[in-house]
Amino acid sequence: MTEFLQHVVNGVSLGTIYALIALGYTMVYGVLKLINFAHGDVYMVAAFAGFYIATALDVRDHPTLGKAVVVFVGAMAVAGALGWAIERFAYRPLRNRPRLATLITAIGVSFLLEFGFQLPGLQAQGRTFTEMLRGLGWGVPGWLDGLVAALPADFPPGPTPRFFPEPFTRVDWTVLGGVHVSNYDVVSFLVAVGFMLGLQWIVYRTRFGTAMRAVSFDPKVAGLMGIPVNRVISLTFVLGSVLAAVAALLVAGSRPRIDPIMGLMPGLKAFVAAVFGGIGNVPGAMLGGIVLGLAEEMVAGYTVSSFRDGIAFAVLILVLLLRPEGLLGRVTVEKV
Amino acid sequence: MRRARLVLRSVAPFLVALPLLWLLQGASPPDVTIVLVSIAVNVVLAVSLNVVNGFTGQFSIGHAAFMAVGAYTAALLTTGLADVQILGLRADVSDQVIFFLALVAGMATASVAGLVVGIPSLRLRGDYLAIVTLGFGEIIRVVIENTRFLGQATGISGLPPYTNVVWAGMGVVATVVMARRLLLSTQGRALLAIREDEVAAEAMGVDTVGWKVRAFVISAAFAGLAGALLVHKIQLVTPRMFTFVKSMEVVVMVVLGGMGSISGSIIAATVLTVALEWLRGLDQYRMVIFSMLLIVLMLTRPSGLLGTRELWESVPRWLRRRQGGGAS
Repeated sequence: MTEFLQHVVNGVSLGTIYALIALGYTMVYGVLKLINFAHGDVYMVAAFAGFYIATALDVRDHPTLGKAVVVFVGAMAVAGALGWAIERFAYRPLRNRPRLATLITAIGVSFLLEFGFQLPGLQAQGRTFTEMLRGLGWGVPGWLDGLVAALPADFPPGPTPRFFPEPFTRVDWTVLGGVHVSNYDVVSFLVAVGFMLGLQWIVYRTRFGTAMRAVSFDPKVAGLMGIPVNRVISLTFVLGSVLAAVAALLVAGSRPRIDPIMGLMPGLKAFVAAVFGGIGNVPGAMLGGIVLGLAEEMVAGYTVSSFRDGIAFAVLILVLLLRPEGLLGRVTVEKV
Repeated sequence: MRRARLVLRSVAPFLVALPLLWLLQGASPPDVTIVLVSIAVNVVLAVSLNVVNGFTGQFSIGHAAFMAVGAYTAALLTTGLADVQILGLRADVSDQVIFFLALVAGMATASVAGLVVGIPSLRLRGDYLAIVTLGFGEIIRVVIENTRFLGQATGISGLPPYTNVVWAGMGVVATVVMARRLLLSTQGRALLAIREDEVAAEAMGVDTVGWKVRAFVISAAFAGLAGALLVHKIQLVTPRMFTFVKSMEVVVMVVLGGMGSISGSIIAATVLTVALEWLRGLDQYRMVIFSMLLIVLMLTRPSGLLGTRELWESVPRWLRRRQGGGAS
């Protein structure tokens, strides 16, 4: 029983993360009918943005609550800007093309971020570049050497994992006779639920949310009704990316290893969660995330733990076969 | 008479290619052989993926999984039968026969895997199908990594180095002949109809589900062939060779060449393989270049280099037009 409760705690804490990422997928799918493959990588970039800000503020040695908030807000801003830029420059030019073209571009953006972040630091790249020029027998002006020395040495971070500094000290509690719960679990659960409620409020109670739902219902008609469709789509991307940043920082707080491909698996699994809950459906994404987190934790706990990565896809295939519209989704019929 | 000509048209490429490949095999030094084999493997992969992505208009991003199934099947057979000699045959001939059987077995198991993935396409379209193929690819990898007799994460090493230029070249010929014959046949027309408009095709009586599954099976079989050929050149098979990244490399080749163009796939696979081989020193930039190529291509020329045209159709037409223009 204790073991089961422990798995429930772990599963819910994992599930809230999936739910936060899944919200970004589901909102973008809602307005654009596009699987934003790069979403998992926005999550990764947010974790690195947080890491760089935290390093600059020296959080490792002197953690304070104020710095934690600055790291949080800064990473959210970076992720929001990245989400906006991806939509503006990669997806918008393709809006009226076949959907496959946009899907391929999304995969391209995702790979660009993943492998771009795995490149060696700019300084190392600049040094090899000047060496290459010298090797060709060209003179390298002195200012170029100076410029190379001024480049940031640890950007891009390269393939080796970094360790995210702890924003506050970890406290473990034992409740109900042996279930371990840490203050990180509690804080991240509360923050995640807070953001999800906030999103629920934005989508169902504000003018912007109404506009978003109208665009998701029918972009053309929404445009005719005077809704600024482009702005709504941009803001949807920003909103989704900000939620991904929240997820990234909550994960990085408790599991501090971050690397450039950390977004791949959570991204795919969060997509599964979104499909499971009914893609395009906001409460569905939350439900799907939690259920998927629990399922994964249970499978890892009671069977072979290395099957963990397979379970999400098995769930996905089952859902698509048995109920393709998802738990809370509506059935749609393709019309000519 | 007509039938005889059709049979000849399918068999002739093999008969022409065999002596040429034999000469090429003899003339090329070992390091060139490796490049030639990897070009051939990529051509087989790109053309076979084109059957699903280009002809049928579905979007599969799990091609590496079928490769893995074929590769592991063939590897198990050739390592298991390494000491077996078929009665009445010389040792080296017997080995070649066993390798041929292993390739066929690899294609067979890969096509079964293709059937298993194809069946979800009964109910799925577009993006969802893409995600299922991706998920299936990951599941295959996870299963291999957890199966003891497949060597788990370390894989199987010490495979006999059977693949040479002749085998790889014959694989290419088989794939291209298959794709070309398929495209010109009634079956191929059904696939193209599904690509152009699935609803309309269904209304015209095309068994859309059946043909989509068949396209998957055909494509998977040849991916299995490519996998089996590849691992018998590098003499090693590990699950890490068949990740999502490998599938995406093949997708880039198909998209770059033009979805639906066999010659486009051949050119793109050759050019990319040679370019990557040439840029060996820039290995860490390889995927960055790939992804930027993909984005720029989609933004500027989404139909790829050749679109759905074929070189063997457009080049003669272009030449004729030039001659005609010169005369008038």
